[in-house]
Amino acid sequence: MTATTAELDAPVTPAARRVSVARGYRFELVKLLSQWRVRLLVLACWIAPAIFVAGVSQQSSLPVDTLFGRWMHATGWAGPLVVLGFSGTWALPVLTSIVAGDVFASEDRLGTWRHLLVAVRSPRRIFAAKALASLTVLLVMVVGLTCSSSVAGIVVVGNRPLVGIDGHVLSPGDAAAKVLLAWICVLAPTLALAAIGLLGSVVLGRSPMGLLLPAVVALAMQLAQLLPMPVALRLALPSYAFIAWNGLFASPAQLGPLLIGVVVSLVWAVAATALAYVLFVRRDFTNLSSDGSGRRAVTAGLLPLLGLVGLTVAVLAPATGATGSGIEQDKVQRSVVTAFAHLYRQQTAELNRPAVTEAQLQTTASCNRGGGLVEAHGPGNDWRCTVSWHLPGAAVTATAIYQLDVTPNGRYVADGDGPKEVNGYFLVRTAAGDAPNPLWQFDGAIDLL
Amino acid sequence: MDTPLAIRARGITKSFGNVVALDGVDLDVADGQIHGLVGPNGAGKTTLLGLLLGLAVADRGSLEILRTPVGRALSVPDGVAGFVDGPGLYPSLTAKQNLLALAALRGLDTGKTGIDEALHQVGLTDVADDRVRGFSLGMRQRLGLAAALLTKPRLLVLDEPSNGLDPAGKKHVHGVLDRLAGDGTSVVLSSHRMDDVEALCSEVTILATGRVVFSGPLAKLAAENRELDYRLVTSDPPAARRSALDTAGINVVDGGSAQADTGVLVVRALVPALDELVARLVREEIALRELAPLVSPLEAAFLALTEQQESNR
Repeated sequence: MTATTAELDAPVTPAARRVSVARGYRFELVKLLSQWRVRLLVLACWIAPAIFVAGVSQQSSLPVDTLFGRWMHATGWAGPLVVLGFSGTWALPVLTSIVAGDVFASEDRLGTWRHLLVAVRSPRRIFAAKALASLTVLLVMVVGLTCSSSVAGIVVVGNRPLVGIDGHVLSPGDAAAKVLLAWICVLAPTLALAAIGLLGSVVLGRSPMGLLLPAVVALAMQLAQLLPMPVALRLALPSYAFIAWNGLFASPAQLGPLLIGVVVSLVWAVAATALAYVLFVRRDFTNLSSDGSGRRAVTAGLLPLLGLVGLTVAVLAPATGATGSGIEQDKVQRSVVTAFAHLYRQQTAELNRPAVTEAQLQTTASCNRGGGLVEAHGPGNDWRCTVSWHLPGAAVTATAIYQLDVTPNGRYVADGDGPKEVNGYFLVRTAAGDAPNPLWQFDGAIDLL
Repeated sequence: MDTPLAIRARGITKSFGNVVALDGVDLDVADGQIHGLVGPNGAGKTTLLGLLLGLAVADRGSLEILRTPVGRALSVPDGVAGFVDGPGLYPSLTAKQNLLALAALRGLDTGKTGIDEALHQVGLTDVADDRVRGFSLGMRQRLGLAAALLTKPRLLVLDEPSNGLDPAGKKHVHGVLDRLAGDGTSVVLSSHRMDDVEALCSEVTILATGRVVFSGPLAKLAAENRELDYRLVTSDPPAARRSALDTAGINVVDGGSAQADTGVLVVRALVPALDELVARLVREEIALRELAPLVSPLEAAFLALTEQQESNR
């Protein structure tokens, strides 16, 4: 050994100061935005929706399979809602995967953990900085999607009234407010996916599964939403909030499922972030041969979230009484009546006929499944509704037939089956020229609660 | 007066599960000293460097860094910089952006001039605006050193700093470390390159299986009772060979006819016996043209000590 001893009266160095979260946040933002794929995605989020909305709004065929797609010629506010539907299904899961799902794993790949820890000296602050930075980038992307699609819709098509999901007409101002609100609502499930991304990134380390986790979880949840499962279980999944914004465009708004969806998503966001935080601060960074992946992914990541689903179902099922599919005969009939009456008034206006009110129409509907051979509840494409209404001054009751394709999440498409004067033609001749016949085919949504 | 110590470690023990990485390690590093840490793979070098950087805390023992007791992870004092397991750089940023981001993260008031100066010191000025993605290993090592220099360290901890360096890069790095030491900064570096350690370090610690098998000045290592092989080139090889055979403590290593033909004499001896042989050659008016160990004292000691430690396990 060296034969020296410490000179005790030599100057003592004070303990090191830790780097503040704000400085760590700026550092993480610089790193994130220096990655070409993140820059490209930010750019795409601000440009691609505008190109899509402008392009589709000017072509003759519209994406009628997508909610509000059939109204893209009629109003500029349909465009951002079509983009919102697509984003909830594909774009947001992929964005959260690439941004949040890689924010911790990238340090494992680059071998920079020790360097970062020596600089920052606090795993807690590193976690906070990384989570905030990835959240910021995601917000910039979501704002881009919203602004880009809205501006393109207004510029190309116009700031016109929007037909809601039950056929009622929203003024341009109302439409703008609800479009904005809908995008704000999907921030909640986006946060949940981002938190799952953080968790995957922490738990799975440099494994590619960490990067893919939010997209895989979102896809699994979307597939689950296609299954005829109980409403309580449907609502217990954060992905339901990607659908529940539809309810904002009904009158009255279907706020129950939306609020539950948002709250469940936020609970998931908090739970997954807390799990990721605990696992991160407990990680042993002295052993770089192990990035923490493996069995811990199941025990510390997957099982607690499955437990959260179970807990949410246990709370929601008795609280809402929604243990069935939520699609009942009387709900279907009410929804079809409401949408038909609203759209009939719109058709009347387009055809320059004397105005009528919903009260004057006294619309009723009689719906069954499979010609009455199947019990009238649950999703299916064999729903058939006979809609009846009265015209002021006419003694006879008019009827129209619709075939309904009701999906498990309560959305349906009603396809007119005659008479041809009411719902038999795709176009109607208006004073301004041919226009889509609002009663030929229309969308609707059943309140599952 | 005793020299102030930048590092004072006593009885440091660190285990990972059942694996004992460090077992009762003592280490003293004086201010302004370049101290080498050598040992075979798995000897515990990286673990020890990690403790010095505050990445982990010892299970047992005491550690003072820059005269501050270190009792928990990430609590090492300001003034400690360095890297283990590579310099930790971000490939999507340029060299300058890496340093700027790091300076901003640490709240360093270096300014652009400080960044340029650090890059100049390690010879990377020409590639300051190139992305690190395209850098060679040696360039990354130098940039890692520049990042450490930004903090104006009083203790620099470097894991294999010469790894991947070309001769020019090595010269740059050695020059920087020598200047730092001259200014009072202590440097602890690990290396598998004995020539680097010998060129840079005044003291060395040899680790084997988590234990210190030698720690002290390089000169002491050479002087310890360990025989080395030396190569002698003289004006009269046959006479020199006879003198060697007649000198107590000198063993002539038979190198075969090829060695004899070239006039090279190889002897195995301790330093005192070698001194005696040299004196004798001078007295006999045999010119000594070259005298050098066949392997360096450090390398010989390294091999002897680590092999001995391995065999004792």
